[in-house]
Formats: sequence, structure tokens, C-alpha cells
Amino acid sequence: MFDFSSLIDLPLIWYLLILTAVLLYVVLDGFDLGLGILFPLAPTDQCRDRMMNSVAPFWDGNETWLVLGGGGLLAAFPLAYAILMPALYLPVILMLLGLIFRGVAFEFRFKAQRSRPIWDWSFHLGSLTAAFMQGMIVGALIQGVTVVERGFAGGPMDWATPFTFTTGVGLVFGYALLGATWTVMKTEGETQAWARRGAVWLLGLAGVSLAAVTIAIPAGHSQIGQMWDSRPGVYLLAAVPAVAFLLLVVAWMDLRAGREARPFLLVIGFFVAGYLALGLTLWPWIVPYAVTFRQAAAAGPSQSLLLVGTLILLPVILGYTAFSYYLFRGKASHAHEGAY
Amino acid sequence: MADLFDFGMLARIQFAFTISFHILFPSFTIGLASWLAVLEWRWLKTGDPTYVEVYRMWVKIFAVTFGMGVVSGVVMSFQFGTNWSVFSDRTGNIIGPLLGYEVITAFFLEASFLGVMLFGWNRVGPRLHFAATVIVAVGTLISAFWILSANSWMQTPQGFEIGADGRFYPTDWLAVIFSPSFPYRLIHMVVAAYLTTAFVVAGIGAYYLYRGRHLPQARVMLGMAMIMAVFVAPAQLLFGDMHGLNTFEHQPAKVAAMEGLWETRQGAPLKLFGWPDQEAETTRWSIEIPKLSSLILTHDLNGEVRGLKEWPRDELPPVALVFWTFRIMVGLGMLMILTGVMAAILYWRKRLFDSRLFQLWCMALTPAGFVAVLAGWFVTEVGRQPWIVQGVMRTADALSPVGAGPIGITLAAFIVTYLFIFGAGTFYILHLIAEGPEAEEATYGDHGLETPTVLGASSTAKGGGYV
Repeated sequence: MFDFSSLIDLPLIWYLLILTAVLLYVVLDGFDLGLGILFPLAPTDQCRDRMMNSVAPFWDGNETWLVLGGGGLLAAFPLAYAILMPALYLPVILMLLGLIFRGVAFEFRFKAQRSRPIWDWSFHLGSLTAAFMQGMIVGALIQGVTVVERGFAGGPMDWATPFTFTTGVGLVFGYALLGATWTVMKTEGETQAWARRGAVWLLGLAGVSLAAVTIAIPAGHSQIGQMWDSRPGVYLLAAVPAVAFLLLVVAWMDLRAGREARPFLLVIGFFVAGYLALGLTLWPWIVPYAVTFRQAAAAGPSQSLLLVGTLILLPVILGYTAFSYYLFRGKASHAHEGAY
Repeated sequence: MADLFDFGMLARIQFAFTISFHILFPSFTIGLASWLAVLEWRWLKTGDPTYVEVYRMWVKIFAVTFGMGVVSGVVMSFQFGTNWSVFSDRTGNIIGPLLGYEVITAFFLEASFLGVMLFGWNRVGPRLHFAATVIVAVGTLISAFWILSANSWMQTPQGFEIGADGRFYPTDWLAVIFSPSFPYRLIHMVVAAYLTTAFVVAGIGAYYLYRGRHLPQARVMLGMAMIMAVFVAPAQLLFGDMHGLNTFEHQPAKVAAMEGLWETRQGAPLKLFGWPDQEAETTRWSIEIPKLSSLILTHDLNGEVRGLKEWPRDELPPVALVFWTFRIMVGLGMLMILTGVMAAILYWRKRLFDSRLFQLWCMALTPAGFVAVLAGWFVTEVGRQPWIVQGVMRTADALSPVGAGPIGITLAAFIVTYLFIFGAGTFYILHLIAEGPEAEEATYGDHGLETPTVLGASSTAKGGGYV
């Protein structure tokens, strides 16, 4: 039996790996959920076709990061998985149902003739539900989870509060912004012009949402992580949102200047910064404010076994994911590409 | 009946529903992916366009099915925690890494290369496209490897110790991954998936022959499917028998339930049919073949087979369900073997593609694989009860602290959603079948296409001599 726990800080490595997987999920599925959120607002059916085609080869891979987040949590921090899933029972299942409705729309929509509007709405409402629930889940984590011994001991609706509603709406705006800037990058003409106008609005909405959440966290939660108590921590936490807002301003100028790719990358930067602030806030909790990532860690041999495979395969996965994005580079057409 | 709908039962019904629904898709896509790889290989090798026409029709069906498999599979990766949180906490050290490996070795591979397979016709060369198809097929098999390893460990657990905190700790990974029932379960399930696909393909091919449509393509479908029926269906009987003997060794109570045998006896008969009565501890109205059960299980006419009364009543599975689902599975397997025999005779008499009766027979058996796979999983999962980890942890002790209210509501939501999605998916697949392999691409996904982007000139012109 090999066990690296005496050699390296396994729980810390896994905590960072899981956080990275979730960040990749948020950014990658974020933009294709965002397309779904914006879907009914698109000016024409042809625009919708272009938007759908621009993510069709990627959405499945994007969603796999969520499965890695869930599966990785079970593998590396089973106690956290065992507490959080019951605690977030309804939002998790509503999110999954949303993902079902939007996921099947990719295939069904292009097979449908008269029933296409059903799948347009299925794609939109599924994406909206999944995004909103993910935002509420983030809010519920910031709120904290009631734990007794090794299990969830709160009520089934603990996750539904005005604060989590705010985080839910905020993430919907954020994903819509990602989706809009992606559309600017991957389309042209009418679709691009529409997405550009929308992105400018969404920059404002996403900025306001982040500001609201940033203010609400220290105001409303006294027992937040260690960061808020320490001097350098507070400065760091203030600096990260400041960088985030700066990125939004640059993105806004880029959009006005007619740039195509950079706004998307800047908005990704905005998400990374916001995520970093959140991570610093919740550190070192994995089930806020009851279980730390060290307390939830799986046995040394279990974390070691999966680490070997992950260190070998993660670069490979990133490699062929990048290959796939490279292969399907350029502007999306409204034709059903390849039409296998 | 009072406790039938308590929250534990609701949680089990919900899990049974979501996982039964999910397994239908992998059962089909595992086989279909491999078959598509063979078709593309035949096309590249021979240059015969019939193969690529068949490929193009079935890859659309594959895409729809795979999409439904993905979305119902994402649900599964969370259901362990939402419904079985105590199980997740206690066995996470063991099950977690196995599922983690499934994600990093299989899911990403399938997801990324599926994109190339479906949308890459005009962007990559034929060899790379073929490689993508093969990678997707291999990905489905790797996925089956890990998930069946995890399930097999729950059936025949080993390579662990239980700590003072009641949690499972791994002591030997090879023993965990290759638990005693794993090789048999893996082969049995993968072959079952291949047969499921073969009978679906046979049914559709037979339908076209019956209607006199798409004849060259239909012959490829029915012909290749019958190769599976002739050679693989009988092999599955052998694999199933080996799996059963392994279960007899490690989970004898499950086998006793499959046999409906209550009294331990030498020279145990094989009960063809009957009604196991759990209260009275007897199987009523049984039709028996003397000594056959002992012969199958011990390879000795007078071998001893332990009956269900050997175990405490609270360690027995629901016997009737196991007994009957087992008979459904075996019965369908026998019909598949019979199909292979008929196909061999018809082929010998040069009437394989002409017999109307045989075409109707194949059409009737189209869903046979799905039903057999589901029945088989009911046998092995219900047969393990009341244990979630055989002999070590009870299902009743594994439940999440979630009330009946949320579980009931989400169960209803899952049922409504899945029936709607499944209904729509079936509808579109039937539509694709009605269109057939020679359908002009313009009619498929025709949303403002001026010129159908069928196979680009680069891919249609080629074929032949590539591999």
C-alpha cells in the first residue's frame, strides 16, 4: 500500500485540485450555460443556431468538470460530500434537472421540426435553473451548514434565503456575461452586434452583483473564515474584488472598441478573481463553518491512489480539451456543421 | 404496507429509478460505439460507401442516445451523496477513487472525442476521425471497467479493514479493484451491452428488409448483428454460468433466491417456474427438473445447495423479485441464442435476408437486450439486499438524513422529467429510423442550410486503403 501522506500535504493538494476543477467548470460550463440564459433574447432563429453550434462540440466536455468536482469530492473528501449533498439536496437536484433539459436540447433541437420551440425553451429554462441553483449553492456555502457529528442536521430549506437569492441572480448575470462575450468572439454580423450590446449591459449587472455580495458577506456573517480577522487578509480580500472591477472596466472599453476575443478572456479573469476572493473567504472550510478540508480528507492511501492518476492524466485531459477548442476554432456557422 | 413508503423506501425507489433509466443508455452506447468503429474501419478498408451510409445513420442515433446517457449519468454522480450520504462517508475511501478514475480515464475522453466524431468530418482527415471513433468506443469500455469494479466491490468486498470510526480503509488496492466477482461481472455486462446493440440493429435492419427499403444497408445491419447472435449469444450463456458459479461461491443467499430454494438439500431440483412465498418460506406451484440445480451449481447430481432457511429472515432479499427477474433475463438470453441458430440455418439455406417470418421475429426482439440487462441488474442488486456492501453494511444504515418530503417531490420530478425526455428521445430516434440511411442531409437538421454540409468532398471522395 503506497501512501504519500508522510511525504506531501495530500489534503491541501486535493483541496486545491478540487477547487481548480470547480473553477474550470464554472468558466467552461459558465459560458455555455450563459448562452442558454441569453437564448430567447437573440434576435433571430439563425442567431440561435449559430450560438448553439458554437458550443455543440464542447458542452459535454465542459460538463464533465462538474462530474469531476462531484466525483473528486467523494474520492478526496467523502465527509464533505456526505454532508453537503443532503444539505443541498433540493438545489442540487433542481440543478441536475436543469442540466438534463438543457443537455438534451443540443441533440433534440436539431432533430425537431415543428417542436423546435419546445427545445429552445428547454435549453433556456434548463440553463437558467442550473445557473441560478449553482449561485444559490454558492450562497448557501457562504451562509454555512448545520452539522451534528458526521451528518447534516439542518432543515431542507436552509439554503433558500434572501442572501442566496442574491448570489443566484448574481451568478445568472455572470454566466450570461460569459455567454455574451463568448458569442462576440465566436460569431459575426447580426449575432455579434446583438451580443456586444448585451454584454455591455451585463458587465454592469455582473459588477453590481459582485459588489452586493462582497458587501453582504462581511456585513452579514460574523463567523466567516480567518481571512477577515487578519490584517493582510483583509487587504488581500479588498484587492481581489478591486482587480475584478478593473477587468470589467477594461472589458467594457474593449467591447466599445470592437475587440472580439479579449472581452471573453477578461471576463474569465473577472470570474477567476471573484472565485479567488470567495476561496480566501471560506478558507480553510470545506463545509463552512463546521468541517475543514483536513477534517474531511479521505484516508492517505485513497488520496494517494487517485493523485497518481490525476497527475498523469490531468495534463493529457487539458491537452486534448485544448486540441478540441483549437480544432473547432473560428466563427460558428448557422449550418449544422459536419452534419455527421 | 405502512412502511412501504417511508423515506428509506422512497430513497431506494428514487435511486432505482434514476439508475435503471441511466443504465439503458450505456447498455446501448457501449455496443454501438464499438460497432461504429468497426463500420468506419470497414469503410476505410474497402471503400464501400454502404458502410459509411450505415455509419452516418447510426451515429445520429448514437448522438441522441449518448446525450441522454450523459445527462442521466451526471445525476448519478450526485445521487450517491444525496440519497446515500452515510454510505458515501463510510465507504468513500474505497468507492471514491474508483469513481474518480472513471471520470479522469473515461468521461473526459468520451466527451472530447465525441465532439470530433460528430462535428469533425470536415475538420480532420479520415484517419483522425476513425481514431476519434475508436477512442470513444474505448472510453465507453474504460468507463464500464471502473463502474463495474466499484459495484463488484460492493457485492464481494475485500482488501479493506474497518476503522474504529466505522469507516472502511483500503489495505490492498488490487484486491479492491479486482474483487472476486469483478472479472465475471465485467465480461457479462460488456457482452450484454454488445448483444443489446446487436438486437436493436437487427430489429431495424429487419424492418427495412420487411419494408423493402434501404436493402444494401439493411443487409449490413442484419448480417453483422447476426454474427453477434450466432457467436456471442451462446458465449454469453457460458459467461453467465461462470458469473453464477462465482455468485454461488461468494453470495450463496442470492443464488438461493434466484433458484427459489428454501431447504438446503443434495440433488436440488431446478425450478423452472413457481411463486416464492416469503412469509411461508416456500415456493408454491413450482415446476421442477430433478437434480438439475445441483448439477449446474456444483457439477454433481447430488451436490449440496444451501437453501434460504440457512440465513436469518432479516438477511434475505425479496425472493420473488430476484426469482422472476432472473427468469426474464435467462429466458431472453435463450431467445437470443435461438435467433442465432435460426440465422445460421437461414444463412446456410441462403435465405437469411429473405425470410419474412424471421424479419418479424427480429423486429419483435428489438428491445430484448434492454429488458434482459435491466432484469439482470435487478437480480444482482436486489439479490444483494438487505446489504449495500455484502455482509458488512446494511442498506438501511446507509441513508441520507433527508426527509420523505424532499425525496418524494424530487422522485416525482425525476419521473416526469425522464418520461418526457425519454419519450422525446425515442420519438426522434424513431424519426431517424424512418428517414433511414439514405436520407438526404438537407432534410436532417435543415435549419436554413443553403447547401447541405454533408460529408465534405474530402471525406466522401476518400475511403478505401486507409487502414
